[in-house]
Amino acid sequence: MTVVSAGRLVSRRPADALFRFATAACASIVLILLAGMLIRTTWAAWPAFSHSGISFVTSNNWNPNLNQFGGLSFIYGTLLTSILALVLAVPISVLIALFLTEIAPARLGTALGYVVDLLAAVPSVVYGLWGVFVLVPFLTNYVWQPLSNHLSFIPFFSPFASGRNFATAGVILALMIIPIISAVSREVFRTVPADERESALALGATRWEMIRLAVLPRSRQGVLAAVILGFGRAVGETIAVAYLIGGVPNKITADLFEQGSSIAANIALQFNEAASLPLFKAALIGLGVVLFAITLLINIGARLIIRRGGRGA
Amino acid sequence: MSTLGRRHRRDRFMVGAMIVAVVVAIVPLGFILADVVVKGVGQLSASFLTQPEPFVATAAGGGFGAGVRGTIKMVTLGTILAVPIGVMAAVYLSEYDPQGPLAAVVRFFADVMTGVPSIFVGIFVFTAVVLATHSFSSWAGGLSLGILMLPVIVRTSEEALRLVPQELREASLALGVRRWRTIVSVILPTALPGMTTGVLLAIARAAGETAPLLLTAFGNQLIVGWGSWNGPEASLTLEIFTNSRSPFPAQQARAWTGALVLILGIMIISLVARALVARRSRGSR
Repeated sequence: MTVVSAGRLVSRRPADALFRFATAACASIVLILLAGMLIRTTWAAWPAFSHSGISFVTSNNWNPNLNQFGGLSFIYGTLLTSILALVLAVPISVLIALFLTEIAPARLGTALGYVVDLLAAVPSVVYGLWGVFVLVPFLTNYVWQPLSNHLSFIPFFSPFASGRNFATAGVILALMIIPIISAVSREVFRTVPADERESALALGATRWEMIRLAVLPRSRQGVLAAVILGFGRAVGETIAVAYLIGGVPNKITADLFEQGSSIAANIALQFNEAASLPLFKAALIGLGVVLFAITLLINIGARLIIRRGGRGA
Repeated sequence: MSTLGRRHRRDRFMVGAMIVAVVVAIVPLGFILADVVVKGVGQLSASFLTQPEPFVATAAGGGFGAGVRGTIKMVTLGTILAVPIGVMAAVYLSEYDPQGPLAAVVRFFADVMTGVPSIFVGIFVFTAVVLATHSFSSWAGGLSLGILMLPVIVRTSEEALRLVPQELREASLALGVRRWRTIVSVILPTALPGMTTGVLLAIARAAGETAPLLLTAFGNQLIVGWGSWNGPEASLTLEIFTNSRSPFPAQQARAWTGALVLILGIMIISLVARALVARRSRGSR
């Protein structure tokens, strides 16, 4: 308190006012950048938006040679692979976070935490490289092929042509978001007061009952925010997905073994082709704007949930 | 008795599931690191870091010298752009008006900005710089990395500044030192180790970026001079990306070695960051 009032007194001096203004200007750059990015890209994409209208996001008809830019299949591929990644990653991440905070001895928990965090330090181009040369053959031979042989009556698992498909992209995305979801969940579980755990244990609860009665009910909101953050990361991931999804436009199907494409992957894969075609280039920029809008909504949602949980700042 | 048995079985089952989950996450990490080392170490040499790819790309030999240099140049530019702005912004958030409306909005959107896909930042710099100058360039690549680093540096620096004891501020102000001198001479030096950690983590993240550079620096098989920034330039990640998509074994082998170099670089930076954290927490307690 005293410092705040002292600050007000001192800041009447010109040097102080100037310094304060400089810091405020730098802080505002974050806001200006975000707004500038949205405006500049929307402007550059405008020819494609006005050319295609609403069909840019509602039509499944991406045919640059015929100047047809309906990007629905990319939105579908993005959401399908990201949701698949969540289905795989959320249970694993929450169980990891529970083990590290509630079960493992403190030292082991910290050490394992570092190791899991390392997954986040691997660059996406390395995930892609490893995915193509190691994960694809492994999944094809030992998982996808058997699944497709025995379960092909389920529409999700038809016979497939290539190991680069929606399912493989979903698996690599799951690996990439496990460290995010489990790290945020760990923070959430740590905020549960120790006496609530101890009360449960003192009443004779087993460790799992303690988790279910004391830890999970208080953490629902925080874990939800963690899941949304992971979702946002998966939606925006470019390079690893570009390697593994197959890169085939206009595929909207529930069949996970089909080759498809995502918004980000398609921008990366078709960028060179579009170099000399202004409308095509504007359309790819437009896909970027759509991606930005989706991740902005996801992230704002997650941050609002975190804030409402009172763990802001 | 049987209820108790069931409860304990359930407990053991769930703990078992947790252990399985940890293993499921760690095993792929182990395989990734092992595969990168095994497939990459064969070509690793000093010349890999300095030589360009062979003129005939499918031939063996050569290295990712172009990419190593490009990554160093562009990450450095990004750091030079992002650190002063990020630290100044953090000073505002922590020292001037922590509870104010501008601080709240900036904090919120800095967090949101960390979630913006890196390829979108690439698209923005492509429209703002590459289209305007009619050329891919190292400038554009470095700028896109700087934009990606900025929100990380803002938030980590603010955390570091908040850990500076309140007594230090009060003591300095009580001696009649002006606010800005207090910040520059007392608070920032005290927070330096913590801020360095944040900057190093941002550098590690930027060095591993591919997507934004694809649209801004574009890539280049040739080594570009240290002082030349106006044309397309390679990065380690871009060379890994293009070489690994080739059907020729020599290029794939180079991609693995490039991945090894990249991961080693990132690990070293992260370890230094961790060591700084460890030293700081030991020093203060």
